Amino acid sequence: MSIKEDHNRFKDIVKGKIKEDFKKYVSHGEMIGKREKDFVKIPLPQIDIPNFRYGPKQSGGVGQGDGQPGDAMGGDPSQGQPGDQPGEHLLEAEISIEELADLLGEKLSLPRIMPKGVKQVDTTKTKYSGLAPVGPEGLRHFRSSYKKALKRYLSSGIYNPDEPMIVPIRKDFQYRTFKTVSKPMTKAVVIYMMDVSGSMGDEQKEIVRLESFWINAWLKKHYKGLETRFLIHDASAKEVDEDTFFRTSESGGTLISSAYKLCQKMIEEEYPVNEWNIYPFHFSDGDNWSGEDTRLCVRLLKEFFLPYCNVFCYGQVESKYGSGQFLKDLQKEFPGDERIILSQIESRDRILDSIKDFLGKGK
Amino acid sequence: MANLTPELESERKRIVEYARNEGLDFFETIFEIITYDQINQFAAFGGFPVRYPHWRFGMEYDHLSKSYEYGLSKIYEMVINNDPCYAYLMEGNAMMDQKLVMAHVFGHSDFFKNNIWFSKTNRKMMDEMANHATRIRRYIDRHGYDQVEKFIDRVLSLENLIDRHSVYSTPSEKSGSPSADGNVMLRYSKEYMRDFINPPSFVEEQKKKMRELLQKKQKFPAEPEKDILKFLLHFAPLEDWQQDVLSIIRDEAYYFAPQGMTKTMNEGWASYWHTKLMTTKILNDSEVVDYADHHSGTVATSPQSYNPYKVGIELFREIEDRWNKGQFGREWEECDDVREKQKWNKNLGLGRQKIFEVRKIYNDVTFIDEFLTEDFCVRNRFFVYKFNKRTNQFELDTRDFKAIKAKLLFHMTNFGQPIIRVEDGNFENRGELLLSHLWEGIDLQPDFMSETLKNVFHIWSRPVNILTVMDQDKMLFRFDGKEYTSNKI
Repeated sequence: MSIKEDHNRFKDIVKGKIKEDFKKYVSHGEMIGKREKDFVKIPLPQIDIPNFRYGPKQSGGVGQGDGQPGDAMGGDPSQGQPGDQPGEHLLEAEISIEELADLLGEKLSLPRIMPKGVKQVDTTKTKYSGLAPVGPEGLRHFRSSYKKALKRYLSSGIYNPDEPMIVPIRKDFQYRTFKTVSKPMTKAVVIYMMDVSGSMGDEQKEIVRLESFWINAWLKKHYKGLETRFLIHDASAKEVDEDTFFRTSESGGTLISSAYKLCQKMIEEEYPVNEWNIYPFHFSDGDNWSGEDTRLCVRLLKEFFLPYCNVFCYGQVESKYGSGQFLKDLQKEFPGDERIILSQIESRDRILDSIKDFLGKGK
Repeated sequence: MANLTPELESERKRIVEYARNEGLDFFETIFEIITYDQINQFAAFGGFPVRYPHWRFGMEYDHLSKSYEYGLSKIYEMVINNDPCYAYLMEGNAMMDQKLVMAHVFGHSDFFKNNIWFSKTNRKMMDEMANHATRIRRYIDRHGYDQVEKFIDRVLSLENLIDRHSVYSTPSEKSGSPSADGNVMLRYSKEYMRDFINPPSFVEEQKKKMRELLQKKQKFPAEPEKDILKFLLHFAPLEDWQQDVLSIIRDEAYYFAPQGMTKTMNEGWASYWHTKLMTTKILNDSEVVDYADHHSGTVATSPQSYNPYKVGIELFREIEDRWNKGQFGREWEECDDVREKQKWNKNLGLGRQKIFEVRKIYNDVTFIDEFLTEDFCVRNRFFVYKFNKRTNQFELDTRDFKAIKAKLLFHMTNFGQPIIRVEDGNFENRGELLLSHLWEGIDLQPDFMSETLKNVFHIWSRPVNILTVMDQDKMLFRFDGKEYTSNKI
């Protein structure tokens, strides 16, 4: 069908895959829709071909209804129909972030992650299993509607076996309805650790921020209810919230082991390894205080992280001051070990490759 | 061709009969049942099953299918101006809906056939669209997808720059080529009559006119040209395939133009007839509530928008009522006794005849201009809204009748598009293009203007200029291929 061609072409333009000069014409509108019981915002990308047109704000228009001069119209009439959505719970539809994740997956051809561990926690899902007398036409259940009509015919005695025509009336129609069912599901936690010592500049942190956003998007696609924790460290480590994680800048020295120890403690106390999928990510510029501390880190990795975590990821961002020694040390220590992934991120342009390094193994 | 179920087919026959008996005169109308996905596809293609490949149809489809899937809107009715007329019914809609759609469609079909603004449209557009698609696909095969698409994008950017009235006006250059010292005297048979038939002042005046005409001839174009696409088609240095693509897009724009020019009337007319037929003939008792629900949805009003279905149907009813009661003409206009006017009824019964006449010769602009009365505005609670810069929101501005009418007409004139003309195809004697915007109080949107101007440049391939008013200053904007500049004049 030729519309699919046009549709794909449109989607590719919106994604910026082709016709990059069109980016400036793409706007990301949204409309309010209903999905099951929730109101969702549906992303509605649009490409506006430029033409000679009037500026919208000067022109105004004609409407119908009550009101006094000076009354606000509520919303921007030029932006299409404001709709009649009630103000209750409005969900930011996950579809947009999911679409992003799909995009990433598609772009990097990432494999699906195979979760490990005991299936423990329940997740709710909607299943179309029931029947109801009302519903959208698309969900009409033919067989049971027919049966009901047939029953009505039989019981009211108008059924004629010689001419077995059944004409359903409104009351006969049956529609599929959904039920919320619980399903067991795996749990996952991502623990981000970052070196915030003086040598990590703003650019380095921005790189970490961008990268962790995409990693989150991808993991969230596979683990509903993904937990994220944030640790920062210089010579000592502490847990912070997401916001602080990306803002803090300390000037002290660097003891990587401090973060690893805190992370180990956190896992041991809160995330029993047989139930949880655990993803520690560590970002630094590769400077560590001493060889001795590096040896301690290696020991922690060997004894704790590698056996118990899905995968341990270390990303090294390039900075003017860092020696980048830590990455070399790890490479020497764990050659070809599948349980640890090492990636070097020289600049923003390398972020995608680095994500592929981390997630490309499907762990 | 038609794939109606026996039940629908018998309903169709009934409805055709009722519609004919009411005096509707329509093309043969073929109904097809299609799925919601097909209907979205066809709607994305402007009602046609096949169009040339272009992403904007995909965008339209994306929006339609999303709003259908999330239950926001669905298309009930779609009909194409073609002979025979094609109309679509959505599979799985209730019987009552299908009947309503059929009744509505006969209204449209009658309007297409009889309204004068449609008289010049191609009635074999179904085939024509398919031909366009084939031609463009051929260019794609020959010149590559990206190349052709890029050109289409540029032309689409100028798609609204046509002269919507040009097909109805007769060419004005009937007279031969003028010459400054040619004989301008009217014929006289007797010598003594010469100075009476051709007094010296008259001769002088005619000569002056001729000279002016000659000067105009030297200008290029002689008169400012509103059909910018035609101008580019004739004079821009295009390759053959580009010329063809441009003419295809221009043809299609002209085909769709009357639908824009008569939106209110067309929808009003179709709604008038579906109501009439449904409520007097077609509906059975069990369907009344569903029908009322559906119909009220169609004609619902909202403060933020103008509903052509509602305004159209109300105006047609008002006209019928007024002409039935003889509420027109000089006597009526001059009467200023309110009570008298209220019970005015001459039992003329001219209503039906009048609305058929109106549907034949009016378009939205003349329709609103002539029949929208102050009384009607009050009853239908019209108002004008505008943007308040201070509060940064849209606000109800006024309920003044003149303001409402002016605003409505403004939005309808030239289909709400700014009027832009080619002023000079050899601007500054350097082969540059000069466009001018007929400023009527509203500025063009600057960012769109600069991008559009760039597209004009790529077609004209010499620097392009546009004369307009921006923030109360007369401005000349120019794009020379590298730089976009603006100059106050």
